[in-house]
Amino acid sequence: MSVTYPDAKGRFGDFGGKFVPETLMAPLQEIEASLTEALQDEDFIAAFQHELKTYGGRPTAFTYANQLTESLGGAQIYLKREDLNHTGAHKLNNAIGQALLAKRMGKTKIIAETGAGQHGVASATVAAKLGLECKVFMGEKDIERQELNVFRMKLLGAEVIPVSSGSKTLKDATNEAIRHWVAHCDDEYYLIGSVVGPHPYPKMVRDFQRVIGDETKTQYEDVKGGLPDRIFACVGGGSNAIGMFYPFLGTGVELVGIEAAGRGIQSPEHAATLTKGTPGIIHGSMTYLLQDEFGQITEPYSISAGLDYPGIGPEHAYLHASKQVRYESITDDEALEAIKTLSRTEGIIPAIESAHAVAQAIKEAETMEPSESIVINVSGRGDKDMSTIMKYFEGSAEHGE
Amino acid sequence: MANKTVMSTFDQRLPKTENMFIPFIMSGDPTPDLSIELAYTLQESGADVLELGVPYSDPLADGPTIQQAAARAIEQGMTIQKAIQLIPEMRKRGVHIPIVLFTYCNPVLQYGMETLVKQLKENEADGLLVPDIPLEESEELKQHAEAHGIQLISLVAPNSEERIKRIAEQASGFLYCVSSLGVTGERAEMNPNISSFLEQVKRHSSVPVAVGFGISTNDQVRLMHEYADGVIVGSKIIKIIEGEQSALLKEETKVEGLQRVKGKISQLLNY
Repeated sequence: MSVTYPDAKGRFGDFGGKFVPETLMAPLQEIEASLTEALQDEDFIAAFQHELKTYGGRPTAFTYANQLTESLGGAQIYLKREDLNHTGAHKLNNAIGQALLAKRMGKTKIIAETGAGQHGVASATVAAKLGLECKVFMGEKDIERQELNVFRMKLLGAEVIPVSSGSKTLKDATNEAIRHWVAHCDDEYYLIGSVVGPHPYPKMVRDFQRVIGDETKTQYEDVKGGLPDRIFACVGGGSNAIGMFYPFLGTGVELVGIEAAGRGIQSPEHAATLTKGTPGIIHGSMTYLLQDEFGQITEPYSISAGLDYPGIGPEHAYLHASKQVRYESITDDEALEAIKTLSRTEGIIPAIESAHAVAQAIKEAETMEPSESIVINVSGRGDKDMSTIMKYFEGSAEHGE
Repeated sequence: MANKTVMSTFDQRLPKTENMFIPFIMSGDPTPDLSIELAYTLQESGADVLELGVPYSDPLADGPTIQQAAARAIEQGMTIQKAIQLIPEMRKRGVHIPIVLFTYCNPVLQYGMETLVKQLKENEADGLLVPDIPLEESEELKQHAEAHGIQLISLVAPNSEERIKRIAEQASGFLYCVSSLGVTGERAEMNPNISSFLEQVKRHSSVPVAVGFGISTNDQVRLMHEYADGVIVGSKIIKIIEGEQSALLKEETKVEGLQRVKGKISQLLNY
């Protein structure tokens, strides 16, 4: 590729940019300048890598799923085990990176938003580790769905701020975090949890998450040699997917991002932003989003609190528009079925988010040749989702399963 | 400028450019018809420019008061299209001051930038204010606005620093100064550095300088009038309207309700 995105305006093709109130322009420019400096500073990079290794537990394992592969009789399936990160998901990579940057910038307080709670827990964890104050904005509906993660955040010393506006989920938690930041941007750092938001966040989060794809490349080369044929990752905002995909762009590996189809993309209850959305602006960035004809952002749905976001990272919007990544969608039912399958064949219980990638991979692996191989990014572990998974299977048992 | 510039009506409609009072109302809150009556009442109360809000689901620059007003208006079925259509009704009712549509970037994009400014002109609006389009992203909208004689109002914030000069120099209509960091809504205390900030802005601006965000008391209006050419009052107006909502919604008490709104605004302005 001749152009390195994002460009100077923070655009990935037509997407990205900075669509924020004037008050946030100065803090965003400050972060941009500090980030550029930090990424050129060997000491900063070394400190980041040190924390990833000695605190986060990287490199994460790379697992051959032999029983799943045999049961399907198609492509060989490998799993990138982001579920083995400290705190249970890829979110920690980015939280470490941004918290180190915040410290470098002299900030003592961080704020974060969270849906499923994984980013909230990662932020609270890193804040505790680095001695920063931490506030986490979370929708009331997600607080109910993710009781365990709320308790974890509090135990880690973070303040969890319930958000009661709108759909009471991630979208509104993000709005509230931004509104809070507008008032406190002089001394607080906003630690965004995905590749969304105004420039430079999508680029920054990608740069901190690309460790997933970089490691996968090396690990695959060591185990099999060469490159895999296809890679699968789930997409809400899209940080685990971009982290996995970015180092593979332009290499010929087929990249597949999986959105949440909820109760089906023909129903109004889904979070399939690229499949069903249209270009627009959400949370300071031009991307695809779910909206009505007058530009009101509509409420997404997914059984997974981590995927029911009406927007998507602008780089994904660009990769979709330029056809460099294929985006598919998986329903609640398919994802839950995949949890059962992966649990029973490999002894790995994935997060519901990650199960979307597993479900699509299972569909496609069956149709591929045994000489081919694929990688699934298991972005997080299912512990946090136990009560949702229990309720789901109890519910379907009642319906005769 | 590629397009010819259409004559702006903003300045012709502006009665005065000092001690200006610029109230904000949310179109459709509590009803579209009352928005028309309230626009007239505000003009009677001394408004020099009217900011007409379009309700938006995700208003990043607004605090809870305006956010809730927007949610109520969306419930009422208010859209950007219907909000624009209120303007000729306001003109028929006798509203002759400049009207500035306040909306967010996403509704503008979905409606179409050019369609929007064209319809604003056709519907006798004078300006447009989009708080989440900063200077760097405003070029296309500004060109369309200028081609149709609509003033695109710019905002500056206390932390804009070296951006102040660039923003002020290209400002049209009036320049909207955000009083302090934060979203819209009442504040107990104003930014102590407000006078030096406003002085700096005025040095670079060739249009009137108005200050908004958090202005809600008679004292604050008086103080801000000392430093700026005008004050913008939003959340406080919404609260006043909310307080009279039950009277306003009944035909037999509507006139009294509007009188009380007028009275409360006079208290805010008479210092």
